[in-house]
Amino acid sequence: MADDILTVEGLKAYYQMNYFGVEREVRAVDDVTMRVMANEIYGIAGESSSGKTSFIKVLAAAIRPPFRIVDGRVTYRFNGKPIDVAHAGEDEIAKIRWKHLSYIMQGSMSVLNPVRRVRSTFEDFAFRPMGLKRDAFWEAVEAHLARLHLEPGVLRAYPHELSGGMRQRVTIALATVCRPEFIIADEPTTALDVVVQKDVLAMIREVQQALGSSVVFVTHDMSVHANVTDRLAIVYAGRIVEEAPTRTIFTAARHPYTRHLVASLPRIGDTSPKPSLEGRPPSLAEPPAGCRFHPRCPIAVERCRREVPVLEERPGGHRVACFRADEALPAEKILNVEEPLS
Amino acid sequence: MSAPPLLDVRDVSKVFTMGGVLSRKQIRAVNEVSFALSTETPEIFTIIGESGSGKTTLARMIFGSDVPTSGELKFEGRDIAARRGADRLAFMARVQPIFQNPFEAFNPLKRVDRYLASTARRFLNARTEAEMEGPMDEALHHVGLSLKEVKGRFPHELSGGQLQRTAIARALISQPSVIVADEPVSMVDASLRMAIVNLFKRLRDELGVTIIYITHDLATAYYISDRIIIMQKGHVVEMGPARPILEAPQHPYSQLLKRSVLSFDDAGRGLITRSGREEVDTSAEALVKGRLEPAEDGRLVRVG
Ligand SMILES: Nc1ncnc2c1ncn2[C@@H]1O[C@H](COP(=O)(O)OP(=O)(O)OP(=O)(O)O)[C@@H](O)[C@H]1O
Ligand SMILES: Nc1ncnc2c1ncn2[C@@H]1O[C@H](COP(=O)(O)OP(=O)(O)OP(=O)(O)O)[C@@H](O)[C@H]1O
Ligand code: SF4
Ligand SMILES: [Mg+2]
Ligand SMILES: [Mg+2]
Repeated sequence: MADDILTVEGLKAYYQMNYFGVEREVRAVDDVTMRVMANEIYGIAGESSSGKTSFIKVLAAAIRPPFRIVDGRVTYRFNGKPIDVAHAGEDEIAKIRWKHLSYIMQGSMSVLNPVRRVRSTFEDFAFRPMGLKRDAFWEAVEAHLARLHLEPGVLRAYPHELSGGMRQRVTIALATVCRPEFIIADEPTTALDVVVQKDVLAMIREVQQALGSSVVFVTHDMSVHANVTDRLAIVYAGRIVEEAPTRTIFTAARHPYTRHLVASLPRIGDTSPKPSLEGRPPSLAEPPAGCRFHPRCPIAVERCRREVPVLEERPGGHRVACFRADEALPAEKILNVEEPLS
Repeated sequence: MSAPPLLDVRDVSKVFTMGGVLSRKQIRAVNEVSFALSTETPEIFTIIGESGSGKTTLARMIFGSDVPTSGELKFEGRDIAARRGADRLAFMARVQPIFQNPFEAFNPLKRVDRYLASTARRFLNARTEAEMEGPMDEALHHVGLSLKEVKGRFPHELSGGQLQRTAIARALISQPSVIVADEPVSMVDASLRMAIVNLFKRLRDELGVTIIYITHDLATAYYISDRIIIMQKGHVVEMGPARPILEAPQHPYSQLLKRSVLSFDDAGRGLITRSGREEVDTSAEALVKGRLEPAEDGRLVRVG
């Protein structure tokens, strides 16, 4: 499609390790096909260790051994020119980094050098790509910091002199100040209070709309997805199990795992038992056969244990990977309401 | 005479000086904070507040990693900052921290099980592998992990949520009486989040552990807290019983916080708007001039 800025086809990326002669393979990204269009915020949700960070490390061309791309293509089209970052050389990738493609890492400290003031980091990463005169550059940086409720004084600080949430905002500022076309953000607002979080999310949305850029936004926090993303993918054990316009995910999800996620959303003032999933998250080293969700799925049938459900396209830009997606099943059956873990 | 409180925080302030010789700037990170936790009734004492309002700084003073500029912090009647040697080690075993960002808290070059083992060695005086591994495995099971899963792995080989849970497990090894947990659930999904806060409840109810729970998540704060303090720019703006305060906050900043919690009503419509933070008077001067006054339900609210 002409509007695609990113296409991912049949992507498999595994951690391949050898512990004292024993091969161990963690299949963190297992057969993912998706695309991101120009001018949209694409969300990725899923439980802890489902492979969200691993997937976007591939998108950000930021992988290193033992993490390897086993199969598939990851193609960006900046200015109409395709580049497959799964196979491109380091120098080709360096050309698109920061200016076209920027990546806000989970935990975020890695870009901030602990022994240098924040100011120097801005100079290193943003001065050249922005191509402004010195005064104009610092003026632009300070104006951008203000959007994130940061005073110019943070530029003089060392990273350890800032609070966790201030550091997180500094890294968001770094990644967005050059106004890149494609922003990849991994849990960028987890350390922020709800007031600042709301303003930062609004800022990301404003910047994205003003530039018509694309954002891939990873977080486990469904309330963040509800408020910023246009489309949303639900990942379970290294695979996309459902993808749809965000509103559809919250109002008309078809996959039992998604329906569970939506039903267990926390609300203030609510102390009632939340539905909980039985069993533990699967190991990606030995994922269950068939549908990976089957050991925890309240409506699994025999077939689910043997066959892998494909991510099938339905009307309304909706894709679901479940054999029973079309059946009208009562909610209680799907949601498996029981006492919370005590 | 009754026993001294478990923890007594009295008029505690912390001032940082930042910048070079020419551009020196003072930051009042914590301003005259006072509260006490009792020995008889273990509780979950929650601290909520603005990013940069001094929560981590206050926590660091409580577990003894930093000293106040003025004011006093006492654990069982004795000054925390004055403890030395074996006395300090014993204090550290009883008041355990869980740090804010697990990616920063772990040494990237050290395998995580070695880190847990050094905690077991230090506080439990464990010498053999078996003596260390028992408590390590038990602590990991509390957070839904096992020693087998983390053994031999470096921090970067674990996901954010796995690392956060390992950090919580580490704090459990010495069987502390107080846990100071700095945003322990911000990195984990809703279902794990419930499992962790339920673990905190269980620690309180079954083992009598007092938890100081720093969080941005109002929903879990409501669900588990006994008392709460809300902070802004180093000041406590509201303090008291958690549920009444979260149901009907009185200070303008507390009200703004509650209003800013994201809702699901307009999911996917892309309607997110700014918080309107500027409309609430948040000037530091106003806060300094104000004072905490008693209000309904036994809460204190900053006025003036
Ligand atoms: N460098 C590595 N070597 C080996 N295994 C790894 C490595 N990094 C991650 N893993 C494993 O890959 C799986 C997926 O991890 P990933 O970080 O992608 O999860 P995630 O969905 O981002 O989780 P979270 O929400 O907790 O951050 C986990 O089981 C993790 O332990
Ligand atoms: N070592 C330090 N030197 C100088 N200033 C510091 C230092 N540590 C913290 N500060 C400052 O003190 C203030 C309070 O920081 P603190 O980390 O306590 O905030 P916080 O409430 O934990 O915020 P967050 O929710 O973002 O983690 C901030 O303005 C911060 O810049
Ligand atoms: S395919 Fe089967 S096991 Fe998988 S989600 Fe659907 S019903 Fe459940
Ligand atoms: Mg992650
Ligand atoms: Mg903090």
